[in-house]
Amino acid sequence: MLHIVACIKQVPDTKIIKMNPKTNTMDRASAPAILNPYDAHAVEEAVRLKKRYGGTVSVLTMGPPPAVKAIKKCIEIGADEGYMISDRKFAGADTLATSYALTKALDKISKIQPVDLVLCGKMTIDGDTGQVGPGIARRLDIPPLTSVKKVEEVNKNDGFVIVHRKIEDGYEVIRSSLPCLMSVEKEINEVPYSPFPNMLRAARYEPHIWSVDDLEDVDVKQLGLKGSPTIVAKVWAPPKPEAGKMLEGTPNEKVEELLSIVLEKKELFQAKGVSQ
Amino acid sequence: MSERFDCIIVGAGPAGISCAYELAKGGAKVLLLERGEYPGSKNVMGGVLYRKMMEDVIPDFYKEAPLERPIVEQRFMMMDKESAVTFGYKGMEWGKEPYNNFTVLRAKFDQWFASKAVEQGALLVNETVVTECIVENEKVVGVRTDRPDGDVYADVVVLADGVNSLLAKSLGFHKEYKPDEVALATMEILKFDKKVIEDRFNLEPNQGCTIELFGDATKGILGTGFLYTNSNSLSIGVGTLLSGLIKHKIRPHELLDYVKNHPMIRPYLHGGEQQEYLAHLIPEGGYKSMGKVVGNGVIVVGDAAQLVNAIHREGSNLAMTSGRYAAETILKAMEIGDYSEATLDQYRVNLMASFVGQDMKKYKDSTHHFDKFPQYFDQYIPMMNRAASQMFTVDGTSKWDKQKKIWKDIGSPKEKIKIARDMYRAWKVMK
Repeated sequence: MLHIVACIKQVPDTKIIKMNPKTNTMDRASAPAILNPYDAHAVEEAVRLKKRYGGTVSVLTMGPPPAVKAIKKCIEIGADEGYMISDRKFAGADTLATSYALTKALDKISKIQPVDLVLCGKMTIDGDTGQVGPGIARRLDIPPLTSVKKVEEVNKNDGFVIVHRKIEDGYEVIRSSLPCLMSVEKEINEVPYSPFPNMLRAARYEPHIWSVDDLEDVDVKQLGLKGSPTIVAKVWAPPKPEAGKMLEGTPNEKVEELLSIVLEKKELFQAKGVSQ
Repeated sequence: MSERFDCIIVGAGPAGISCAYELAKGGAKVLLLERGEYPGSKNVMGGVLYRKMMEDVIPDFYKEAPLERPIVEQRFMMMDKESAVTFGYKGMEWGKEPYNNFTVLRAKFDQWFASKAVEQGALLVNETVVTECIVENEKVVGVRTDRPDGDVYADVVVLADGVNSLLAKSLGFHKEYKPDEVALATMEILKFDKKVIEDRFNLEPNQGCTIELFGDATKGILGTGFLYTNSNSLSIGVGTLLSGLIKHKIRPHELLDYVKNHPMIRPYLHGGEQQEYLAHLIPEGGYKSMGKVVGNGVIVVGDAAQLVNAIHREGSNLAMTSGRYAAETILKAMEIGDYSEATLDQYRVNLMASFVGQDMKKYKDSTHHFDKFPQYFDQYIPMMNRAASQMFTVDGTSKWDKQKKIWKDIGSPKEKIKIARDMYRAWKVMK
């Protein structure tokens, strides 16, 4: 029986978030908090593996109390248990401090039931780093398998997994030892509309919530803002692309105008030569 | 076999939540189903919440609920194109506990209200659409949702699914509403600094004002506009019978833009930042449009039962009261274990004996009357404006002569008789 833990995060919906033009920071109040979409695929994959091989799916998150909502969403998808670490001491964590805190929580979870597989989404849509998954794997000293787009086999008895990793010009099939950590691409699965019994269970579900004091062996200096060496030097919204220009006139005129524009901006195309 | 509940409530608006709250408090196993992402996410109302009926469900709610402003002033504007006759009432007694009514933003308020029902033990499931009632042996025994394994059963199903109530319709409780039985309201929420609102509306902090707009606000189409003060936003909206919009070939957003740019309104809205745009149907057919509200194993509440008093812009209070009465009847039915139409009919009896039924009856002809005779809105209000302008313009004419002019402006003796008859008719349908 497998024990799979999916690490998830509640994020502001960056599709609709507004930037504060003065401070150049995200106006978090302007967007609803959602389950990070990549993480939904990680939870769904965990649920599918459970269906294939049997076992338990747990989800783990670090966040403020309202992040319980994201855990409930995972229960809707089909997770069995939800764990949340929530404490002011965790606040302001970068990916280094986050992976440290999550690893400590995973240590505690594995005392309840040993963990075979840790799943993460490819990255969060608010941070876009994709660093927390590999960070956890390093600390747990297990192989990190990133960019996973298919899980072909999980064999607990012989202690290996076979997965497809997305690479630039295709994919590679690799075999790794268990336990391991995978961060998954969104094409790994489709998250279906949750069945009604899961909705009832999620509505009733109360996750396990731990503070720093509930975790063991924690070096508080490595938590939160204190444990975060990342310095955000500058944040800015990407400039809005300028509107395209429509060429008008007869086809001949249009071609002529187009060519002169191309020649004018030839360095963009790394073209050589002079206009006649 | 899927899980069973004592009662399933479809729709987490004021009616459904009130019902869920009372039932859960009474010890029933309640499931509250909401199609939106959270209660309030799909709900729209101009924004006035009445204290009394809310307090009948949760006493002292105003101490913790997310309310915008207690209303201390209610104004009424009878508008012509470039003028308005205004009257109203402002009283400091409304600014103190227990208050009279409040402006609310439904997205916030309904969420809070639903959380109170959950505290009582109701189970709330969002993002789930009920597609039909499950009927066995001519009795409603549960609902089918749009989710896989989505059937769920209960002794009683309460339909609080709002104005169109497709579920009540599919049970044959009412027909498809006609365009003269529903109003379409569109509104915008504009963000302001608190101080700007208080200065513009002559308010102290934590005081609010409502202005109801008649006449040219709706271009003379039967309906009203409204301008309400929230904490740091204004709600401006306009609602007219759907039939009026069709007849005058006007789009709802055009009407909203018109009233926003009306010279009587524009200065209030200057500099506001658009925050939300909402539109919703309101059941305004009144008593005569009410369908069946009780069947075997099923009760209809709130907008789904057409419980709106259009004349007094009341709806949520009728909804809450109906939800509460439904819960009382269901708790009694649980004691005797009988959920037949005959037992549940006590809900209808209680409802019709209360202010809800009485007010529905009192105004049973009003919407139809004003729809049939549009002159009240498109002729008499402009006439009232001309009379006021005539009377208050100081130009050396004696007041006697002014009165004569006003009297002449009303029209020929035949027209005067017609107006007198209209006034009598209006008095009759409103009395």
